[in-house]
Amino acid sequence: MPDRVLVVEDLYTAYGLSQVLFGVSLGVAAGECVCLLGRNGVGKTTTMRSIMGLTPPRRGRIAWKGQDITGREPFKVVSLGIGFVPEDRRIFADLTVWENLDVASRRQRSGGWTVERVYDLFPKLRELRDRQGGFLSGGEQQMLTIARTLMGNPELLLLDEPSEGLAPLVVEHMTEQIGRLKREGLTILLAEQNVEFSLDLADRVYVLEKGLIRYEGSAREFREDESIRHQYLAL
Amino acid sequence: MPDPSFIFAQSLSGLTAAMYLFLIASGLSLIFGVLRVLNFAHGSFYMLGAYGAYQLVQWLGTGHGRFWWATLGAALGVAILGGLVERLLFRYLYGKEELYQLLFTYALVLILSDVAKIFWGTQQKSVSRPPGLTGSFSLFGTTVPYYNLFILLLSPAIALGFWFVLRRTRAGRFIRAAALDRETLGALGVNVDRLYLGVFMLGSFLGGLGGALVTPVKSIVPGMDTEMIVEAFIVVVIGGLGSFWGTFLGALIYGQVLSFGILFVPRFSIFSVFALMAAVLIIRPWGLLGKPLK
Ligand SMILES: Nc1ncnc2c1ncn2[C@@H]1O[C@H](COP(=O)(O)OP(=O)(O)OP(=O)(O)O)[C@@H](O)[C@H]1O
Ligand SMILES: [Mg+2]
Repeated sequence: MPDRVLVVEDLYTAYGLSQVLFGVSLGVAAGECVCLLGRNGVGKTTTMRSIMGLTPPRRGRIAWKGQDITGREPFKVVSLGIGFVPEDRRIFADLTVWENLDVASRRQRSGGWTVERVYDLFPKLRELRDRQGGFLSGGEQQMLTIARTLMGNPELLLLDEPSEGLAPLVVEHMTEQIGRLKREGLTILLAEQNVEFSLDLADRVYVLEKGLIRYEGSAREFREDESIRHQYLAL
Repeated sequence: MPDPSFIFAQSLSGLTAAMYLFLIASGLSLIFGVLRVLNFAHGSFYMLGAYGAYQLVQWLGTGHGRFWWATLGAALGVAILGGLVERLLFRYLYGKEELYQLLFTYALVLILSDVAKIFWGTQQKSVSRPPGLTGSFSLFGTTVPYYNLFILLLSPAIALGFWFVLRRTRAGRFIRAAALDRETLGALGVNVDRLYLGVFMLGSFLGGLGGALVTPVKSIVPGMDTEMIVEAFIVVVIGGLGSFWGTFLGALIYGQVLSFGILFVPRFSIFSVFALMAAVLIIRPWGLLGKPLK
């Protein structure tokens, strides 16, 4: 498909001697929300880390808007317009909410995200702006980690399990805000185990198992195909 | 009961020593806090700052303000040397075992000490106090050189300035974030390699500056490098590695213990400091104001 902004081809990634990805290929079109589903430990995070250059792949190719970015340093990948929201959130515990946002602000990229605008998206963060990151609740940390990545003005957001460990009400709020980002034109690649959460947002779905893509289809097809869900996801 | 003016004189001399120590140890502590490598060659940078200042004073002849220009030039020269060392050598040590770091930085200590001997020989060198600060005044019966007063004021000023940069500027926020989580800062678009280079140069600058400023009060001799790294190391261990105010507190305590320890065990005054360090290591291994490592 020519309109795909992100193209991942035949990715092999390992941590030292332990090989995790065995030829992952996927694509994301501009404005799309694509979900990468899979059980624990199948390589969702590793796929995202490979794209970001945090764990460069041994083999394979990653192209962003036609440009080869395989193995580029993370800060360069960010400067080209890809943002990563890690599943373990990685808030700078001794920095305040505002400071966490400020270190992530990339003014050289256009996109218009400012501290005020992310406070508008997550009003709770405005109240908490002077609190140290280490003293936030899980849900507040999740808002902050997304807000922080937005400060880099990404065109593509890699969102790693944003619903993990959150109370149902907070997950609902998160769905709403991510949906809002999508409507504003942000392209999203979402890694999830929570099928309900993903299907509320996704246009298309990939299912990853043991380092390989086992299924690819539209969110609607996937919703209707019980057998796939039973086969690859513990439901 | 000892004479009060004697006690005052001792504590003032301890305070002056502490201000030098803080300047030098803060560079060591900064580099450790952010880069997580303990640079044993920091004492060598201090020594090169001293020799560098001596050399520049010679070259500048009788020029106006030559001591200040030599001090600044020597500290900048050491910062540039630190930058080269970081780029060409140190960057391969990040995340490696401590033993590697220790052996490597120790090798650097030996090399730099030989380099200094090649250039400046083993004769001791000295630099005179800058004009304007050559005199002294009397306070509670103690003679205080103006130059010492200058150090007593400069060092806390640098400490405050440093603290301000760390707490209130964007560069400081980057440094604090890098100390907490290098990978995440990189994934947010910050060129952490360049930041590391800057921090290493800043830390080296402080070491070199301490060396240049010490020249009017101490003679420059081979061996001053290892003497200083031991002292600076004790200071940061007492205060807490990587802790800014811990380093300041550690230097103050070190200065006082050393200058009063001399009264009780005159020939082994350093012993009292070692005893103090041992006590801190047993009670609070992470130092007075430090944080336990994960
Ligand atoms: N730093 C690492 N070093 C070694 N092995 C790792 C490392 N990180 C992950 N792994 C292993 O790689 C495999 C894939 O991990 P990954 O984190 O990509 O899975 P995931 O799909 O994101 O799982 P989860 O749903 O639990 O987040 C797992 O078996 C994991 O144990
Ligand atoms: Mg994961």
